[in-house]
Parts: sequence; structure tokens; C-alpha cells
Amino acid sequence: MEAAAPLVIEARAIAKRFGHVTALRGVDLTLEPGEVLGVVGDNGAGKSTLMKVLSGLHQPSSGELLINGEAVRFGSPRDARQRGIEMVYQDLALAGNLRIDENILLGRERTRAIGPLRLVDHAANVALAKQHLDKLRIHVKSVSQRVEDLSGGQRQAVAIARATAFDAKVVIMDEPTAALAVREVRRVLDLIKDLKTHGIGVILISHRLDDIFYVCDRVMALFRGANFAEAPLGEVERDEVIGWIMGNKRQEDAPVGAGAN
Amino acid sequence: MTEAASPELAGELVDADQQSRRSIRLMAFFDRFGVLLLVLVMGALSYAAQPEVFLSSNNIANIFRQTAFLALLALGQFLVIVTAGIDLSVGSTLALAMMSAAVLSVAGVPWPILILTPFAVGTAVGLVNGLGLTKLHMPHPFIMTLGMLNIARGLTNLISGGVPISGLPAEVRWLGAGNLVLGGIEIPVSVIAVIVSFALAWLFLEHTRTGRHIYAIGGNPQAARVSGINVDRTLVIVYALCGLLAGFSGLLLAGRTGSGFPNAGIGAELDAISAVIIGGASFFGGRGTVLGVFAGVLVIGMMRNLLNLSNVQVFWQQVLIGVVIIAIVAFDVLRRRAAASS
Ligand SMILES: Nc1ncnc2c1ncn2[C@@H]1O[C@H](COP(=O)(O)OP(=O)(O)OP(=O)(O)O)[C@@H](O)[C@H]1O
Ligand SMILES: [Mg+2]
Repeated sequence: MEAAAPLVIEARAIAKRFGHVTALRGVDLTLEPGEVLGVVGDNGAGKSTLMKVLSGLHQPSSGELLINGEAVRFGSPRDARQRGIEMVYQDLALAGNLRIDENILLGRERTRAIGPLRLVDHAANVALAKQHLDKLRIHVKSVSQRVEDLSGGQRQAVAIARATAFDAKVVIMDEPTAALAVREVRRVLDLIKDLKTHGIGVILISHRLDDIFYVCDRVMALFRGANFAEAPLGEVERDEVIGWIMGNKRQEDAPVGAGAN
Repeated sequence: MTEAASPELAGELVDADQQSRRSIRLMAFFDRFGVLLLVLVMGALSYAAQPEVFLSSNNIANIFRQTAFLALLALGQFLVIVTAGIDLSVGSTLALAMMSAAVLSVAGVPWPILILTPFAVGTAVGLVNGLGLTKLHMPHPFIMTLGMLNIARGLTNLISGGVPISGLPAEVRWLGAGNLVLGGIEIPVSVIAVIVSFALAWLFLEHTRTGRHIYAIGGNPQAARVSGINVDRTLVIVYALCGLLAGFSGLLLAGRTGSGFPNAGIGAELDAISAVIIGGASFFGGRGTVLGVFAGVLVIGMMRNLLNLSNVQVFWQQVLIGVVIIAIVAFDVLRRRAAASS
């Protein structure tokens, strides 16, 4: 393990309890730089909870989190963001009443001093947002459209642009295609491939195996809050992954050093 | 940068639906200027009904002077409503701020301190509202501020023995009832105070990070939180500002009447909410403009004025204001539906 390329994320034995509910019972997860990892599992398997731990929204009940080999403790999403870990939430974390550029820069707006005042530099923010959308080749009629006037896929693109606007090393996406029309799904998946070419690691949660097989390098399955199986995409069949989701597997798919009992 | 993998991605990922763009533009126009049209309509109606009185500079100045205290209450209420909150305590806060100044005046406290007192009292009440809401994890600001409505009114009566106090110093009265001569025109001081407050609020909401975060919180508090915005701190600032403006409002009212009276501002929170809603702000947060609130206040002020001039009974005025609130919001809903389905 130690000899390999440095892992951007290494989560060890993460557990998370909500009162009497145990959502995660000792989950391991690794991510290499620029890798696209698919995470699958049945409803309630703990996928979203795990991602919220990685992105600082939840604090783990126990377990260790290492970013680039360094142990970290995230108190809030802001801490995770400072380490380059961004999340696109399942329930899109956009403010529909604000413009596209305002959403992309929310919480990180550029300001300029005017006398004793610090005012938002709207022009600079618009330019930054446009530049970033161009980089991702997301084309907008106008960044001053309100996000609520956009379609689902368009919003998803804004959410992804938001997540990658500031030196993201890892973008975590929780079912980014769940609410999208077929054409839009394809565009979002291509956007994920784009991120990979920019050296950004992606963790993708999806119930759609088509998505997983289209963009991922590796897939891991959670089952009832624990690691169940994982494999590089080239070494696994769709039917096996479907089996994992339902809790069936062949012995040799067991992840190294975990859950072999 | 590395070349991207998929050129066809360049497609219309974020692409406004062509035909809906015109209606969006029309809606944006209505969003911005709809209430101003309403002000014009009210003006035309008033003029038609009372041609010789309505446009007299005396009457206009009166409308402004009478609505100045409501304007400040509504402005504070607006900040709160943008966050999808509500502050039911502003009427009581106004009274507490006003009576605090009056009581101190009787005790012989010099006027500069009297003038600062309502601001301090209002801000303190607002801070308690904000801290109570966030630190005690109140399920809704309705509850915290409903409690405060009673607390502040009770305190108002306690410090004053429940009786009015008159004889406020001339400096205080000047703020509420005095005029400044600017370019040969007499402008009520209270009107200038209102305009400056609205201009500052506009600058704050549109051009500071905290101001933009207030809108973001109203639009989607979860989004604000995960963006690293300190939602609780922002809410405390908003309720404190609302209290500050209620205190200022109390000062103006004290100045206009030259006294403090413990029943001041009873029900004023509802007028303030009405003005904000008539002004086009959404009760669900994230929507509305300072200019709209100003127009909403004017509509209420002009309507009262028109009904007074026409000798319509006060009770009918209440009925009519109720009808106008419902009609305006219903029209707004229809307009949005039409825009959404086109
Ligand atoms: N905030 C919370 N409080 C209490 N229980 C929670 C909370 N969040 C998640 N859980 C519970 O933890 C378990 C895992 O939920 P999670 O949302 O992580 O599943 P998931 O794999 O993302 O499912 P889905 O595919 O339906 O999105 C579930 O039993 C859920 O009810
Ligand atoms: Mg989930």
C-alpha cells in the first residue's frame, strides 16, 4: 500500500451512527489522483452518508481520513473545500433565486475596496464565472440567468462548475444524473470525463450502471453500511455488479483485507 | 490545460429555451417595476378623486411624514423576509425604543444620548431575537419573535407604568417633525432619514458579500451552508439590523408626536409585513428589492391618504388594505403561472 502513488483520499474504517441508526460500519475507501471511482449500493446502503463524511458535512463517529497521506479532521464543508474536496449534492445545493455566476462563486465572491467599504466586484465575478464555464466548455447564453430558470441538466452543469471553480482535487457527485433526460445524462457524463483529463479525481454515486460503465475506472459496492466488493471496471461484468448491489458475490471479488468472512 | 475529451460537449448544456426568453424578460420587467406601476395607479386614482388636495406639497409631505416610521419598520422586516424569516416583534420593539428614550428624557438625560437610545434598544432586541433563534434552535422565527412581541411590549409598560410621556426635547422632535430646506424645497427630516436608510440597505444587499449571502440563505439555506457561509451569524446580523431599524422607527415616531406612548406600534408589524409583500417580496424568501419595499410602503400610505381625504371610515380602510394584499399576491401568482406555461 505505502509504496504506491500517493492517494488523494484514503478513508479507513469510517463509522457513522445517527442515534440508534448505524449508517456506516467501518468503511474503507481510496482514490488515486485523476481516478474516477464509481460507488454503488442499494437504497440506504450508506453511499450518501459516506460522501458527506468525505466532504466535511458529517463528522465520522470513528475512523480515519487521510488526504494526500495526511490525517485530517473536517469540521465543516469549508475545511474539506480548503483541501480541494468538493461535493455536488444529491439535492442540488444551488440557490435558484441567484444568478449563475453568483452560484458558482457563492461564499467565495471577489470583492474590491471602495473607500472604507468592501464591495462585491460583480464584474470580476461574472468574468471569473465565464472563464471557468469556458474552461469546462459549458456554454451559457448569459451567466446572469437565474438558476431556477434552467433545466435539470443545466443546473447540474452549474453545480459541477461550482464544485470545480477553485482548484478542486476531488469532486464527489451524488447521483448527478438521477433527475436528467437522456441527452442531458450524456453531457454530464462527458463533463466528468473532462474533469479527469484535468487531473481531477471523481467519486460518482449512481444507481445507473450505464453511467458507471461509461465513465468509471473502478467500482466499489457498499452493502448495509459496509464494504462489500470492488474491482477495476475492466475486470468485472455488469451482472456481477448488479449482484453486489443485492448482496451476492463470488469469493474472489472480495476487497483486499476487508469483509472476507 | 489538457484538451478536453469530448468536443461535442460544447453543446447547449446551459441553453435558455428560446421562446421562454421573451416572457422571462417581461417577468423581469414586472418583477422590477410592477410595484412602481401600482404607485402610479394609486397616484392617478388619488388625483382623480381629490384633484386639488392630493398634489399639494403639503399633502405629499404629509404622506411621507406619516409613512416614514412604517417605511423603516418595513425595511427591517424586508431583510428578515428575504431570509425566509419573519419578525413579529418590530411593533413592540418600536414602542420599547420610543419609551426608553421618553423615560430617560424625564430623567434629564441629554438629547444626544436620547437619540442614540432607540438605536441601542432596538439593536439589543434584534440581537436577542437572532441569538435566540439560532442558539436555542427555535423551529421557526415566528415563535422567537412572537415571544419577543410580548416581552418587549411588557417591558415598555413596565418602564413607563403604562402611561404616555410627553415633552421630548426639541432635537428629537426636529427628527420626526422638522424640515430641511434643500434647493428651496422644504423636505421633512424624517423623509431624508428614510431615503438614506433605504439607499444604505440597497448598497448592503446588492453590493456586499453579507448582503448577497442573505439572498442565498433565502433561496436555499442548505446551499448557503455548504458554500461555507456562516448562516447563523448572518441571521443574527439580519435580526439585529431589523431591530435597529425598528428602534430608529420608534425615534421618528417619538419625534413626530413629541412623546412616547406605550401603545405605539401595536399591529404595526402586520403593516410592515403587508408593505413588504405588496412590494413584491416573496414570503418564502430570496426575492424582493429595496425599491419594491419603498413602493409597497407608498402604496399603503397613499391608499390611507386617499381614503382619509375621501372621508372613508377607518374600518373600511382596514378592509380595503386586506383586499389589496390578497389581490396583489393573487395577481402575482397568475402572472407567474402564465409566464411558466408560455
Ligand atoms: N441525517 C440522518 N439522520 C438519521 N439517519 C440517517 C441520516 N442520514 C442518513 N441516515 C440513515 O443512514 C442510512 C444510509 O443512508 P444514505 O442516505 O447514506 O443511503 P444511500 O446509500 O445514499 O441511499 P440512496 O441510494 O437511497 O440515496 C439510512 O438508513 C438512512 O436512513
Ligand atoms: Mg443517497
